[in-house]
Order: sequence, then C-alpha cells, then structure tokens
Amino acid sequence: MTWFLDHLGDVQDRTLQHVYLAGLPLLLGLLLALPLGWLARRYKALYAPFTAGFGLLYTIPSLALFVLLPAIIHRQILDPVNVLVAMTLYTVALLVRTVADGLGAVPEHVQQAATAMGYTRVKRFFAVELPLAVPVISAGLRVAAVSNVSIVSVAAIIGIPQLGLFFTDGFNRDFYDPIVVGIVACIVLALLFDVVIIGVTRVLTPWIRATGGRA
Amino acid sequence: MIQNIVRWLTDPEHWSGSEGIPARLGEHLWYSGLALAIAAVLAIPAGLAIGHTGRGRFLVVNLAGAARAIPSLGLLYLMVLWLFPKLSGDVAFLVPSLIVLVVLAIPPIMAGAYAGVEGVDPAARDAAKGMGMTGSQVLGRVEVPNALPLIFSGFRSAALQVIGTTTIAAVAGTGGLGRFLIDGQKIREFPQMVAGALLVAVLALLVDLLLAVAQRYAVSPGLTGRSRGRSNTPKVVEIGALRRTVDPQAS
Repeated sequence: MTWFLDHLGDVQDRTLQHVYLAGLPLLLGLLLALPLGWLARRYKALYAPFTAGFGLLYTIPSLALFVLLPAIIHRQILDPVNVLVAMTLYTVALLVRTVADGLGAVPEHVQQAATAMGYTRVKRFFAVELPLAVPVISAGLRVAAVSNVSIVSVAAIIGIPQLGLFFTDGFNRDFYDPIVVGIVACIVLALLFDVVIIGVTRVLTPWIRATGGRA
Repeated sequence: MIQNIVRWLTDPEHWSGSEGIPARLGEHLWYSGLALAIAAVLAIPAGLAIGHTGRGRFLVVNLAGAARAIPSLGLLYLMVLWLFPKLSGDVAFLVPSLIVLVVLAIPPIMAGAYAGVEGVDPAARDAAKGMGMTGSQVLGRVEVPNALPLIFSGFRSAALQVIGTTTIAAVAGTGGLGRFLIDGQKIREFPQMVAGALLVAVLALLVDLLLAVAQRYAVSPGLTGRSRGRSNTPKVVEIGALRRTVDPQAS
C-alpha cells in the first residue's frame, strides 16, 4: 500500500498509457468491423471466408505479433504504433463475426416493416438494423475490451510503457508490490471498460428497459 | 531483412542441439500439452456436472469473466517470485508457468463443457429418459455426444491461449519457442526474434487445424449438418475470448 501511494504518479501515467493502447484499438476495431461484418452479412459467400479468415488473426500469439508487426509495417520495435495495430487486428478478429451475427439476428419482419415505411437501404441500416444489433455487438466488444487490457500488458516484455511494466519492474527487482499493484490496476481497468460499454449500450438501447427486452 | 530471417531459419546450426528449433518446439508442446491435459481433467468433468445438474451456473459465468481479466504476465511473475525459492531444479521453472497456463485454460474448457450440455435439445434428453436411461447414461450417451462440438470449441480456444502464453513463459526461464524471442531480444538479434514469432504463429495455426480435423472425426455427422435430415445443433454460445459457433464454417 505504501509503495502504491509513493508511486501514484507512475501508476497514473501508465494507466493512461494502458487506456490509450487498449482503448483506441477498440474504437478503431469496431469502426473497421462494422463494414466488414455488414459485407459478410450482405453477401453470404463472404461470411465463411470473412469470419474464419479474421478468426485466424486471433490465433497469432500476442508476443509474436508485437515482434512481427514492426518488420511488416516498417516501424521501430519500441514504437507504440505496433501495439495499437496489433490490438486493432485482434479487435477486428473478434468483432467481424459478432457484427455479422448481430445484424443477422435482426428479425426479417422488422426489416420488411422498415422497407414498407419507405426506408432506403442505407437509412434502414443506420436507423433500424444497426441499433437493433447493438446488444450483440456490445457483448462482443466487452469480450474484446477485457482481453485487450490483458494482452496489452504483454507488450512490457519488449519494453513498451503501460501497466505491464510494473510486472517486469517487480520481477527484475524480486519485489511483489509493483506486480500486485499492476495486476489490480489491470483488473480495475478491465472492469471500468466493461462498465463504460454497458453504460453506452444502455443509452443506445432505451427500448430494452421500456419493453423488457422485446425489440 | 527477410533474407536475414530466412538465413536464420535455414541455418543448420539452429536445427540441432538442446537449443535448436526441434528441441524448443518439443518443450513448447510439452508445456502446453501438459497444461491443457491438467486443465481438461479438472474442467471437463466440472463443466459436465454443472451442465447436467444445472447447479453452479452463476459461478462458472462469473469465474470465466473474472479469469479473463487477470493479466497472465503479472500472474506469471507473481507465481515465479513466490514459488521459485520453494522449489528446486527444473520443477522450479516449470511449476509456476504451469499454474498460470492451467488457470488460463480452465475457464474456456469448463464453459464449453457446461454450455454444450446445457444447450442439448431438451426433447433429446427427455427421449433418453423415456427410454429408461439412468442419469449417467443420459450424460454419457446423449448429452456428451451432443455437447462435443462446444467441448471442442472450448478446448481449441484454450489451446490457442495456452500456446500463446507458453511463449511468454520464456521470460520466467522456461524453454519453448519463446526463448528465441527473449534471447533474441537480449542480444539484439532481430532475425532470431522474428523467426521465433513465426514459428509460434505457425504452431498455433497447425494445432488449431489439427484440433479442427479431430473435431470433424469425433463429432457425430448428425450434429454438423454433414448428414441429411434434421440436425440437433446447439445454439450459438460464447466461449473464451474467441467467439465460436458450432456451424461448420467456424473453423
């Protein structure tokens, strides 16, 4: 506890770095996954190659990706951009299927009703299909958020500053305190991400509370 | 750059001895396999029991969520600092890593087993009871075969995470393919790091492919839609970090 209070500044800096490295890719990954998921839904022939192909990205171990990416995108190995790209790839890998399945779960009669009311395809997507898919997409996003927070800490092995550095610091000095503080901070951060996503989902889906879950 | 990596990978010196690629690959498979075996022995019966009885569901769902939030790297270092002085020899390196890997593998395997059994069509279960099967017969002959796709999903998800994390365990002094990444970094030999990373990625892909093939042969054709007629496919369930469904495209 004393260690924690003495190093409050460090904890704050690294938490912010961690939020940036784990959080920004969530948004970028979601933005990329939306059109990809929509394509997989719209053209049935794309569903299998898209979901399986992006799923394969997830099989690449994080440490391996952190080392391979700099060589592929021509960056220094210590450049945080590598971590951002890697985490974005993992987020996309998880979310493409989720978005496709979420859009697919929108009932046929709802889509027909929207079309009958004069919605164009684009308007129908943004005003009807996407909002109704929010609960499913948000469930996928929560999984991605929690695993991102954990995976980002691995980047400490190659020396990229975030909460994971407390693990390497503590280990190198045979000292428990930073490790425990780092683990707790990671779990709290994962929890915070979760709470934010749940909160945003609630705001975006007022009908769930109004009707008890019926769309 | 690429030439250096190819040169490193094709250097015969790197393919022999106790620090060569085959030896490191063997170590990697040994740690990962051992951890997965221990996790499966613990998690599959527990998951089946929860799915069969319907008790403890709340515990599993929350356990899986909470375990996912624990950073493996932090847990690994903590275990090493705590256990290393208490043990001696190779075991001192192996046990802390093994604990982390088992902790990592249990939630997805257990979730797969439990969700698989829970998702079995109640009509199939009732029919089995109506035919006079006992509880354990229902579990063994109806629920487990029907749950097999999701049990496999959970296991595959766990296998990917364990293989990835075994790489990280090299920072704590164990062997495995992660050594190339860690040792390469120490002496600033980038081609060695990249070669190690490639080997791990290829290994993960191959193991997943192998398990997919095993799943194809183990799961009854009646479940996968490969035979004609109505299938009794369980609903889509989320397991581990990787969302998998039981439909045949989800390889």
